[in-house]
Amino acid sequence: MSDTKDVILDYIKEEYLDDEDMELDFSSPLITGGIVDSFSMVSLKRFLETKYKIQIPDAKATPEAFDSVDNIIVLLKEFNVE
Amino acid sequence: MNNMGPYDEIRKKFNWKISEDELDYKEGDDINIGWYCSDRICNQGKADKDALIWQGFSGEVKKYTFNDSRIITNTIASFLQKTGVESGDRVCLFMDKIPELYFGFLGILKMGGIAQPLFSAFGGESLITRLEDAETKAIITQKKHLGKVRKIRDELPGLEYIIVVDHDGNKPLKEREIAFSMENSEKVEEYRVFRSKAETPSVLHYTSGTTGQPKGAQHVHYSLISQYISSKYVLDLKEDDIYWCTADPGWVTGTSYGIIGPWSNGITQCVLDSGFKAENWYRFIEKQKITVWYSAPTAIRALMKEGKSEVEKFDLSSLRHLCSVGEPLNAEAVLWSTETYGLTFHDTFWQTETGSMVITNYPGMEIKPGSMGKPFPGIEATVLDLKNHEPIEKRGVVGLIALKPGWPSMFRAYWNNEKTYNSKFINGWYVCGDRASIDEDGYYWFVGRDDDVINTGGHLVGPFEIESALLEHESVAESAVVGKPDPVNMEVVKAFISLKPGVEASDMLELEIMNFIRKKLSPLAMPQDVEFVDSLPKTRSGKIMRRMLRAKEWGEDIGDTSTLEDD
Repeated sequence: MSDTKDVILDYIKEEYLDDEDMELDFSSPLITGGIVDSFSMVSLKRFLETKYKIQIPDAKATPEAFDSVDNIIVLLKEFNVE
Repeated sequence: MNNMGPYDEIRKKFNWKISEDELDYKEGDDINIGWYCSDRICNQGKADKDALIWQGFSGEVKKYTFNDSRIITNTIASFLQKTGVESGDRVCLFMDKIPELYFGFLGILKMGGIAQPLFSAFGGESLITRLEDAETKAIITQKKHLGKVRKIRDELPGLEYIIVVDHDGNKPLKEREIAFSMENSEKVEEYRVFRSKAETPSVLHYTSGTTGQPKGAQHVHYSLISQYISSKYVLDLKEDDIYWCTADPGWVTGTSYGIIGPWSNGITQCVLDSGFKAENWYRFIEKQKITVWYSAPTAIRALMKEGKSEVEKFDLSSLRHLCSVGEPLNAEAVLWSTETYGLTFHDTFWQTETGSMVITNYPGMEIKPGSMGKPFPGIEATVLDLKNHEPIEKRGVVGLIALKPGWPSMFRAYWNNEKTYNSKFINGWYVCGDRASIDEDGYYWFVGRDDDVINTGGHLVGPFEIESALLEHESVAESAVVGKPDPVNMEVVKAFISLKPGVEASDMLELEIMNFIRKKLSPLAMPQDVEFVDSLPKTRSGKIMRRMLRAKEWGEDIGDTSTLEDD
């Protein structure tokens, strides 16, 4: 699972962070912290679906579920992504 | 008792002089929005009253009184002037919803500059387009967004000053970059405010159209007359209110009613600089004891999704008046708010170009759920026939929403684009670009846009801008962009794309294209759906028929296809 966490964290840093000095870890608030907005969340969801070959229903793609890498990992477990 | 009183009575007797008198303004006087929103309130004996209660995403709270605001805006104005910014120069604000954004806006106006707020999620291409068009001289930004500015600065030789409000000194700034700390700069107690007149340019807000690049709607200081009185009447702001406008000042709502309206009325306003999360929003209302809340249908529908149970966890009893803006507020959302909060969201209609509310629902007036309401007192509105552009007398017939020019906050120009500005006026009416009908009781009912502009989450996105950007992707041969229905955002962007020969469609390519647009333009412009097609429907003259694609998405009649190109 730590590989998955790292993959997602690296992807977020690469795709969503403009400030290279900003520190981001697994618990950093992504949605409430303004790093990933509600529109961009769609592309993050699409990344997870494409990468892990799953379908995340819209009802489960909530700001809460996407608010940190830790939360995303909890969500992915529901889809048996380890 | 609400501020406005019975709608029909005030509509009969209203004229803009009522607002001028309340603001002690007479024709020919100086009128500077920056001064009206800070110094004047202090002069009224409210120097120690809270002007801004700001909360960051981590819960940190900062409070500023009107006297703090007066001094801080003096300090910013003085700093800009000493730096080399002159009256009439365009100064861009490119920040999250931090206090520097709000006070920076007033500081620019106080020194006679033209404030050009831009949404901080804009990508490089969106920034270049708007800064180049406005020939912007300075940009005020924060470390978080400095990387984006650095990437484009070489293409903007006229951008002389890049002002960073939170430079921590860890890394040296580069050429043209200047550090400015609002908190630590030497305070300027007394400042000679620029003596702007009614028609002095104040704000430049960019807005998208169907064709061409975004246009800068230019406003003047006299807009205050509309913004002050509409805040008083429609938002019903009163002395003890704690007001929360959820809009970002990168868009017109965030300046007209997130800065000018409340502060010219001397009202305390709150700002939550955090991404959307229902629980956080409700907690904020409870903690700050918000009384008047101005939000957007997208947010309201997102709150609906979270359900009533989330509401019941919080004490929202401080709320007394709710308003909404951005796109039409559906009847279901109006009814839900009444049932859930015990208060009804009042829908308001206006645009970047109108500068203030023009058709709206009022406190005390019967609300017909789903209706836009009635014209603001002092605004002459109608719907024009779609063909001959004459006012439609018959009730219930769909036409183009049109306003008689002359209200104080009407935009005065599209920056560098007189031709497009002139095209917005037909038969002596300003045509908004939206369709509606008027019922027997005089209520307006929104039908839809009259053009291809996409209204997503209350923000207008131009298909041309996205299609142009898509062509810069190495795999894209052609594209057409339309709005598709979305339960929360009303519309989201959908792109139909034909790929270059030899390129295979795939999920990874779709994601790559989405991210390409998100970073180049903005998250709002990012297609949330990409459909790869072999070819796009075109007229015989080669013009892509967006209308057909859009109709398909909305399940509407495709209409006349006689000009369609043969396969």
